[in-house]
Amino acid sequence: MFKKFTPSSDVSGHTPVKSSVQRSIRTNVLSQWKIEPETLEAIWPKKEGLVHVKCRDHISVYTVNGEPLFFQHFDEAFFPTLRVIHKYPYILPAVKIDRGAIRFVLAGAQIMCPGLTSKGGELPPEEAALEAGTPVGVFAEGKEHAVAVGITKMGTEAMKKTNKGVGVEATTYLGDDLWALETL
Amino acid sequence: MGRKQNRAQSPTPAPAPEPEAVEAEPAPEARPPLEVLYCSVCSFPIEYCEFGSSLTRCKEWLKEANEDLFNKYYSDEALQAKLGTLSLEAQAKLEQDTAKKEAKAEAKADAALKKKLASQIIIRRIERTKRKHVTAIQGLEAFGVDLKKAAKQFASKFATGASVTKTPTGGEEIVVQGDVAEEVQEMIEEGVGVLKGIPADNIEITEEKKKKSGE
Repeated sequence: MFKKFTPSSDVSGHTPVKSSVQRSIRTNVLSQWKIEPETLEAIWPKKEGLVHVKCRDHISVYTVNGEPLFFQHFDEAFFPTLRVIHKYPYILPAVKIDRGAIRFVLAGAQIMCPGLTSKGGELPPEEAALEAGTPVGVFAEGKEHAVAVGITKMGTEAMKKTNKGVGVEATTYLGDDLWALETL
Repeated sequence: MGRKQNRAQSPTPAPAPEPEAVEAEPAPEARPPLEVLYCSVCSFPIEYCEFGSSLTRCKEWLKEANEDLFNKYYSDEALQAKLGTLSLEAQAKLEQDTAKKEAKAEAKADAALKKKLASQIIIRRIERTKRKHVTAIQGLEAFGVDLKKAAKQFASKFATGASVTKTPTGGEEIVVQGDVAEEVQEMIEEGVGVLKGIPADNIEITEEKKKKSGE
């Protein structure tokens, strides 16, 4: 999503978000992420106005004090930026890729099933299976911090079964253009 | 630097107990964020430096900034442990790739620098009507100058209008009202405000006269 992203040409406008809309975003984020209100308050204080940065292809990035916090495509789920997920790794369900896959992910590839199902990879157990279309944090074998944030393209059980094709689509990854932007 | 080091030490024990705390019951207070030490060379968390395109420089930086962490990631034992998780061939390939990437990135940086040194700033004095001129300044963006800010600076310095306009070739230039070519050159040479760090010998002043339509 952010493999190529230049603020000068891809951003069409900054607008402060109305407080009523902010409230609904806040409840949405709270229901979508595993985050308690107090922690969210710490990264996004109520007093600080949220700024909606409208980008090409219906991508909306939300910033507080110029720092991107989360983004959204059209009106789908909210994704935290990588810097947020580095600070609060537990807010999204985790999947793990094996070591061999890291360099491809860092080059912007989508995450294929075998990288998740092999020995170094990890998927949630059956009782915590994720459905297709869930935002996930992508972690890596032997690494502490997340390497990407993505959305599942098929259920985790289906990934284990078919073990082929795209499992998770990386929406933002380490080293993409959103990562390079510290402020927007 | 001292602050950064303190931060770097805290994350190691922190992550383990946290996930359970969520399950138990939501904490009444905000949970402190994990502090992540980012590499100042490649901006990645330090554990990902090995996949970046500047591993050698990252290593040097880390060794200076934080010896303990350097040993954690790049000591012989750590490298040995990593080998265990990946087949030898894959590891060799990875190393090869990294080296290649590094060389490529270096070449790219070199080329960019060369281009920067070779690029010219052209100041054009364009005749509008008989005694009136505008001054167009081209090529400032190659030196990392924010054109909008530079235009503002010119406008307030000369007390005239200055704007960023698109050129037919696709680039952008600053147009200042009035004949200020000499002054602009001086300003650039002195490096006032946002115009800092531009080599003075790359500036060229040209003149553009209007074609006489009456004759």
